This record gives sequence, C-alpha cells and structure tokens, in this order.
Amino acid sequence: MVNLSCEQVWREISNYLEGDLDAGLRSAMDEHFRTCKKCASVLEGTRNVIRLFGDERMIEVPSGFGQRLERRLERSARARSRGWSTWSAWLVPVAALVLIAGGVRVASSLAVPAPLLSEHAQPARDVPGDMLVVVSAGAKDFHVAGCDFIHNKNKERTLTAKEAIEQGYVPCVRCMRKYLQTAEAGTIPLELEADEYHGAEGTGGTGR
Amino acid sequence: MADPNLVLSNPALAGTSREQELIARVQRGEHELFYELVRPYERRVYAAALAILRNESDSEDVAQEAMLKALANIRQFRAEARFSTWLIQITVNEALMRRRRERKGMVEGIDDHRDDEGEYTPRDFADWREIPSEALERKEVRQKLAEALGSLDRKYREVFVLRDMEQLNIQETADTLGISAASVKTRLLRARLMLRDLLAGGWEQGWFSRLPFQKGAKPW
Repeated sequence: MVNLSCEQVWREISNYLEGDLDAGLRSAMDEHFRTCKKCASVLEGTRNVIRLFGDERMIEVPSGFGQRLERRLERSARARSRGWSTWSAWLVPVAALVLIAGGVRVASSLAVPAPLLSEHAQPARDVPGDMLVVVSAGAKDFHVAGCDFIHNKNKERTLTAKEAIEQGYVPCVRCMRKYLQTAEAGTIPLELEADEYHGAEGTGGTGR
Repeated sequence: MADPNLVLSNPALAGTSREQELIARVQRGEHELFYELVRPYERRVYAAALAILRNESDSEDVAQEAMLKALANIRQFRAEARFSTWLIQITVNEALMRRRRERKGMVEGIDDHRDDEGEYTPRDFADWREIPSEALERKEVRQKLAEALGSLDRKYREVFVLRDMEQLNIQETADTLGISAASVKTRLLRARLMLRDLLAGGWEQGWFSRLPFQKGAKPW
C-alpha cells in the first residue's frame, strides 16, 4: 500500500468525491483518512459543502419570479400563435385560389372540350371553375344569375362554370364578357357583337 | 462513478416520459406548454445567471431572456442531451454576453483566467462540526452560505455553481464556460476547499452556534 502525504490527499480530495480515481489511489486515500484526523476532517467538511450547496433550498429566487416568468412566456406563446394565425389567415385563401386556378387550368388543358353549342361566341377563358352560373333549356350560353339575357327563365338551371364549359356552353357576351377569349384580343367590338347576337335571338336587343 | 454519498438533487420531472412528451409537444407548436416544461428548472436557471451577474434584477431578466431563447430554439434541442443542461447552457451564454456588454467601455482590470498552480492548504479546525441539511430551513444559515460563496473569486464561483449546484458534469461545465476539463477540476478543488474552510471558520466565529439543532431541538 502506498503511503500518501497530506498534500497528496488534499490535491486529490475533489476527485475522490467525484469517484474519479483509480482503485489503487482510492484505497491509499481510504487508508490515509483512517489514520489522519485532519484529512478526515477536510474530507467530511468538503462533503458537507457539496451536500449543502447541492440542496435545492440553497437556490432562492426573488418573490414572484415564477409568475413573472410564466406571464412573459405566455405573452411570447400568444405572439407566436398570432404570428402563425396571421400567416395562416393569408396562406389558406391564397393557397385555395392557387389550387382553384391551377385546377381549372389543368382541367381545361387536359379535358377534351365539348363542341361549342354556339358558333357565334368564343370559348370561355380563365373562368373560375367553381363559379355558379345559369343555363336554360334551348339556349347555348351560360350567365351570371339574374342576367337580362337569359332565355327561358322558367327553365333555367344552376351549375358550375366548369360543368357548363364541359357541356359546351359558352359565356354570355354581356354578363361574362371579361372571360371571353376575344376580350383580350380586342379585335371585335364586343358591345356590337353582343347586341347582334342577342338581337338575333330576339331577346332584348339594343334597338339598333 | 460518482460517490453515492453525494447529494445530487434532480427535479422529479427530469428525463421522465412526461418531460419527453412535453418537449415533443412544444416542438410541434404547443408553445403554451413551455412553462410547464421549464418550471422544475426555473430556480436553477436563475441561480446560474446570478452566479455570473451577481445582481438579482439582471439575473431575473437574463433568466427570462434565456427561457425565451430556449422556446424560440426548442426544435434544435436533441433528446440525447439533458434538457436541464441545455437550459443552463443557454442561460450561462446569455449571462456571459450580458456581462461582456455591460463591461464594454469600462476601465477594468484584465480577468485572471489562470489557475492557481500552488497547493492549497486547508485550515485545521479543532472544533469542526457538520452542518446538517435541515439547517437550510433557516434563512440566516442560507445567507451565511451565500455570502461564503459570494466571497469566492469569479472563476471558482462559476465552476462550483455549475458543477455542485446546477449538477452539470465536469465536461458539461467545461463546455459551458469554454475552459478545459482539467481547469474545471483544478478550480473545483480550490472552490470546495475554500468553502469548507469558510464554513468551518464560521463555526468558530459563531455563525451557527445558536442553532437549536445543536441541542437536538428542531423548531422548523
């Protein structure tokens, strides 16, 4: 057994308490503590320090510390939720519009269009697919509900623009003019075309 | 292996499945649960800030800032680390940054980061007696201990607080303070021996001499 000096023991006393010593050195220190009153006292005193300061009661916080912390965290959590809801409030409708627009474009690019019921009008372009429109028996165009140019109002039915387009209906040149292919081309005077068309149908021309 | 005689207090929630569940839920966006998650550690977070800043108001502010930072970065927490250690490390970083900011422009001596190489000779006390843990119920005892801790040089105090009060291990303490594990061990030894001398000296000075537990009575 190695005999240790008191200085050697003090140098290692912290590692002894940590359990960070090889077995030989630990045994030598145990032997030293059995015979040296001062080193035994240093060991117990140091152990006492660690026990006391490691006790939760040694940590004192200012009065109301927990409540103030909780309130601040709650405010932060609410702000984070608001931040997300603000984003989501925008994101949801924007995403929905993107999906609808994309869906109509995809549908119109993939679907085989039915032959147009009217040879006068142009096919619809960029009409929102889920837009509710009105068609009537015997007519060839679809309208916004309440349009003056709806034929046979007692036989009208409501459907989506997508369904109307698939069935070969074309947009009314008056109420749906902004969706006409020709609207962008600007080569045909739309008012005239509309009047001529509806005038030919005998349902409310402009008296031209 | 740690000495089984050492008291290493851990909050009941630490490492439990409840804690893991809370961490996962907060990471998924249930931020309102964060306070429940950190409540067991709020005192330790404050103590870590106080060990560095030595000022109650600044320490509370830094403790709150550290918690907010932890919440903001909760997704970066990985389960292989101890949650309490992660919180303490964030707090120490915040406190060190605060101290550096406040010292900017101040004329102050260069910090002594060197470890004392010389041997420390513990004092010999004829009348050493153990202070029982029950004595901590008494405010004056806690105050005397806090004063003893406060009298240590900063480099000793910080290592001691992180290892012996915050229960970080040697390597975690070294990583948190940006020093080597060898330095942690050297400073820890010195801090523990100095505190032992201060407390033992306290007996001689009568700090604890009127405590009822000496007579076996426990008024608390």
